[in-house]
Amino acid sequence: MESLLHSVQGFIYPDELQLQWSILIVLYPFITGLVAGAFILASLERVFNVEAVKPTYRLALLTALAFMIVAPLPLQLHLGHPERSFEMYLTPHTTSAMAMFGFVYLWYLMAVLVLEIWLDFRKDIVLTARASKGAKRALYRAMALWSDNISERSLRIDDKVGKFITIVGIPSAFLLHGYVGFIFGSVKANPWWSSPLMPVVFIFSAMVSGIALVMLMYQAVNWYRKTAVQMSCLDTIARYLLYAFIIDFSLEMLDLVHRIYEADESFKTLDFMVHTKLYFSQIILQIFVGTLVPIGLLALVQLVSVRERARRIIYGASGVLTLVGIFAMRWNVVIGGQLFSKSLLGYTTYKMGFATREGLLPALILLLLPFAILYLLVKLLPPWPEGDLARKE
Amino acid sequence: MDSDRREFMKIAGAYVVLTGAASLAWNHIVAGEPEKAPGYDLSGHWWAMTIDIDKCIGCGNCVRACKAENGVLLEPDCFRTWVERYHVHPEDPEHPQVDSPNGGYDGFKEKYKPGDGSKNFFVPKMCNHCAHSPCVQVCPVGATFESPDGVVLVDKTYCLGCRYCVQACPYGCRYIDPRTETVDKCSLCYHRITKGLTTACCETCPTGARKLGDLKDPKDPIHDFLKEHMIHVLKPEMATGAKAYYNDLDGSVR
Repeated sequence: MESLLHSVQGFIYPDELQLQWSILIVLYPFITGLVAGAFILASLERVFNVEAVKPTYRLALLTALAFMIVAPLPLQLHLGHPERSFEMYLTPHTTSAMAMFGFVYLWYLMAVLVLEIWLDFRKDIVLTARASKGAKRALYRAMALWSDNISERSLRIDDKVGKFITIVGIPSAFLLHGYVGFIFGSVKANPWWSSPLMPVVFIFSAMVSGIALVMLMYQAVNWYRKTAVQMSCLDTIARYLLYAFIIDFSLEMLDLVHRIYEADESFKTLDFMVHTKLYFSQIILQIFVGTLVPIGLLALVQLVSVRERARRIIYGASGVLTLVGIFAMRWNVVIGGQLFSKSLLGYTTYKMGFATREGLLPALILLLLPFAILYLLVKLLPPWPEGDLARKE
Repeated sequence: MDSDRREFMKIAGAYVVLTGAASLAWNHIVAGEPEKAPGYDLSGHWWAMTIDIDKCIGCGNCVRACKAENGVLLEPDCFRTWVERYHVHPEDPEHPQVDSPNGGYDGFKEKYKPGDGSKNFFVPKMCNHCAHSPCVQVCPVGATFESPDGVVLVDKTYCLGCRYCVQACPYGCRYIDPRTETVDKCSLCYHRITKGLTTACCETCPTGARKLGDLKDPKDPIHDFLKEHMIHVLKPEMATGAKAYYNDLDGSVR
């Protein structure tokens, strides 16, 4: 507490000494963004029939599900009373943006993701159940909801319903992440957050991060399984990433230019913060390393002809940098929004613990957890056509 | 015997009708009501506070009384009310020098010499008990609510500790009580005012700078005070319907 008091610059209200929302709340928009982005990429193939990205369709869906399962965990860990969180379902306060989280989450998880994955994998599940014995058979029978029907007609219905769900799913993915942006953008007390652009910026940054993640996962999975990457698929994903990135960056710059030009009463305070406390995470990490460099790299591939091996390296590098940049963006929104006083007269400092409840260690575990879940999901529902359990057996 | 049977039927009936979620919800509806005092009419009051900047001497009595009365932790970030000292150069009102050592709990040591051409004054701060509270708006479960008599209260048995309300309050009036992991704030000494007493801060203010007022009571002197003084609320641009009315509030105050 003493050291915190000494780190205060200028005047802050007493309750602003310690940050209310920690790195765990940085993870929340980061993870939901990955979910929404990965799903939107998967939907492209299904709804708009983009054949080139087909090899990533199932992987993207499972990736989205793995991250979706983890999405509420940082929130739970952050709550003072996680045991009361179920009250949000029982007695939601209808004027609260946050109260709707549970419903949007459940809708997206159960009605969209799980259902779409189930319909898409149903044939494989039934075939696996037929071909296996004992506990495994019981498990897959249960996963197929004890149905054995994979007739032509039933599969056609699966496909139709699946397509319908994908069409519903796209606005749902937008809703999921736009809504996360609204949680911040609607706080009028905080000039760093309060902006109608916030939900839109969140949606496009979500697409950017989700596409980058799937692009990396596709390469990583192929490297791990020693299978060939389809360059046409990778090139298409990289192109989408570039387009989404350009829109995202334009929106963020629009926000920035608007703030600079309007220069309202909060501007000097925020400007000082960006040039001091947020300089590294905002200017260096988010804008330069995490946005301009990957945009430049991805654009380079479009402008000049680059050999396949070099392209793969460029895609890998720009994917990693993109994720770093989007994480920095979430950090700058969540943490940056609490470093200055609402009196606009001073600044505080974020001291992150390590092995504390809201420290770096649980944050890292929560970031790695989706990959562990994805590993299990992939074991359960192999997303690759040639490695398909059912087809092999 | 007959009444026993009737009683049994009532209880059994309630169990059957109000099962599961319904009985839970009913409990919460009952729990959501503000504290009641005998003879206190919730609809007969609309509480507000007047703060006279010209009268505040920065003694810190209000801060100490509030902490003692409400069991507020003696930590430097736990305050239901605190006092800020402003030092403003008239030609540069945008950059006031403000301090609030330990929230004004120990009073203020003399820091500025009189006659240096600056304005110096104290600003007591507390929950504004807004009529359109952004904190109430954002609470995901309705644990914080506006009572019918105009006081913003917190149900600590219901608060999740999500801290959204702390973010939403433009005035910095909410903090997390580390003992309960729930939010805490000024309750306008609800346990006192519903019994006809004034708040602890008003009770102990030696100059009468802070006064509790009932806007629904036509005889309350608050009406004259609001009529006879130049009144301002904090951050009026936030449109929160703040009910902490300041007399002679300088434009530099945030």
